[in-house]
Amino acid sequence: MKTLMKPFDLSQLSKAHEVRFAGNASIEEQLPWPQFTVADLNFFYGRQQALKNINLIVPNQRVTAFIGPSGCGKTTLLRTFNRMNETIPGTRCEGSIRLGERDLFSIPATTLRRVVGMVFQKPSPFPKSIFDNVAYGLRLGQRLRRKEIAEKVEQSLRRAALWDEVKDKLNQSANGISGGQQQRLCIARALAVDPEVLLLDEPCSALDPISTAKIEDLLFELKNSCTIIIVTHNMLQAARVADYVGFFLSGELIELNRAKQIFQNPEKQETQDYITGRFG
Amino acid sequence: MRALRSSSKPAANPSSYPPLSRKITNYVMLSLTGLCTVLVVSVLLTILVYLLWNGMHALNLNFFTKLPAPVGQSGGGVSNAIVGTLKLLALASAIGVPIGLLGGIYLSEFAGGWSAFTVRYTTDLLNGVPSVVMGIFVYTLVVLPMHHFSTLAGGIALGIMMIPIALRSTEDFLRAVPRSLREGGLALGASKSETIFTIVIPAAIYGIITGIMLDIARVAGETAPLLFTAFGNQFKSPGWLQPTASLPVVIYNYAISPYDDWHQQAWAAGFVLLSGLLVVSIIARVILARGKKLSHG
Repeated sequence: MKTLMKPFDLSQLSKAHEVRFAGNASIEEQLPWPQFTVADLNFFYGRQQALKNINLIVPNQRVTAFIGPSGCGKTTLLRTFNRMNETIPGTRCEGSIRLGERDLFSIPATTLRRVVGMVFQKPSPFPKSIFDNVAYGLRLGQRLRRKEIAEKVEQSLRRAALWDEVKDKLNQSANGISGGQQQRLCIARALAVDPEVLLLDEPCSALDPISTAKIEDLLFELKNSCTIIIVTHNMLQAARVADYVGFFLSGELIELNRAKQIFQNPEKQETQDYITGRFG
Repeated sequence: MRALRSSSKPAANPSSYPPLSRKITNYVMLSLTGLCTVLVVSVLLTILVYLLWNGMHALNLNFFTKLPAPVGQSGGGVSNAIVGTLKLLALASAIGVPIGLLGGIYLSEFAGGWSAFTVRYTTDLLNGVPSVVMGIFVYTLVVLPMHHFSTLAGGIALGIMMIPIALRSTEDFLRAVPRSLREGGLALGASKSETIFTIVIPAAIYGIITGIMLDIARVAGETAPLLFTAFGNQFKSPGWLQPTASLPVVIYNYAISPYDDWHQQAWAAGFVLLSGLLVVSIIARVILARGKKLSHG
């Protein structure tokens, strides 16, 4: 299900409902393709509306960060990309999301979640060995040979920059390693099934600065092979890792643009207020 | 801060803080809680020592290997009752554990709203049914149609009694598995049932096993339901369809008999039963502690 689409005009980033793809990609760099195209998305927890009329494009093989105050809907939007919200009773989603050119909601959730991997705020290793944690996704629904699994586990742990630290204790409980290592284990676990997209929900909020730096380095490596969307409260982090930044406020997308643009010269006053700390 | 400190009185002598009244309250409450602890523990210890003291003379190899001897003859044992109790518990577990386990999984993972309320409420009611009533119920259901008492009937009675606790403890331990683990499984493309069987249940398995062991220990001492179902037997009970002796019923029968020999054997049987339960619950605690240790590194 590799997405093959034409590049699009960057000025259209937050206006998916009127997006026109630019035919010519030689503007100033090779432009990305839309990984997700969200149009008129509304989301409700019961009666409470968490997302209001969201229109945006998430470029592929780039890091896109969602920022905004708590409760602004950024995590909710992230969780609609792999349909995790559907596991919460009483939620309702209106509007359309396309993954590449396919309708996201036409893809079975279990298939979709292998294409769109997710890492949560709190490291949540399964109470199994380190090896079994990474192999978990590989063993679902497909029969791989022992050797193939072992190779894939090693490759995933290397991609998550964790291999050297755990290669001698693959059979030990995953709960015995540090929080930062656990979070990288969760990333390795998600990478093992070769996702096209990796969603990260405040992956560093429970980690110390050194572990955070390791994960940020990792994101730079990963964006060569993955589209990455990261929700973060830390604006410095967004500025460090993101190519594009979307700012959300009370369920609305205020602005989505190149990170540089957002942090140096935002279009909207709300964005300006938030990033300079004058908000509220 | 500095201004505040300089304006307040000089720091009080540390030995006079906290004030005497609070120290006294502290000591009184501490001794009261300590006293209660000692009381609770001493009840169990007293029972154990008393049982051992009175049953010591009957506790020998014969007690475990021989059949009951006629009144006046020495050297009899309760081997048939020990075997009977083990068979009853095996049968009860075969009935109670699967139902309790699956019911607990259903309640914790699948049931919602009305059905969850119904199942939970009926289970709690079932747990409150007096054990005598359970005996009469199984008597009507199994013993009457078969025209005789049997291990089968006793096992069914104990099995039904096991269901509520097995079910609710399984439910509780499954519920205690954090949502983050379930979401972790789902986010990797596992279906709901795959997540439950490969992540949630393994994460809770030590707790579930502990709950079931304590449940078995609980019904092992039940007497009333067995009086109407397994009845009792002076001899071995081959197969599952004959009346069988069991430790609780032996204790009951021997204790109300007028013979000193039998009284001693009743004490000894009580001691054996209680020690068995103690061992089971200690093993259960060890399993739970081991599980906690494993899942926390």
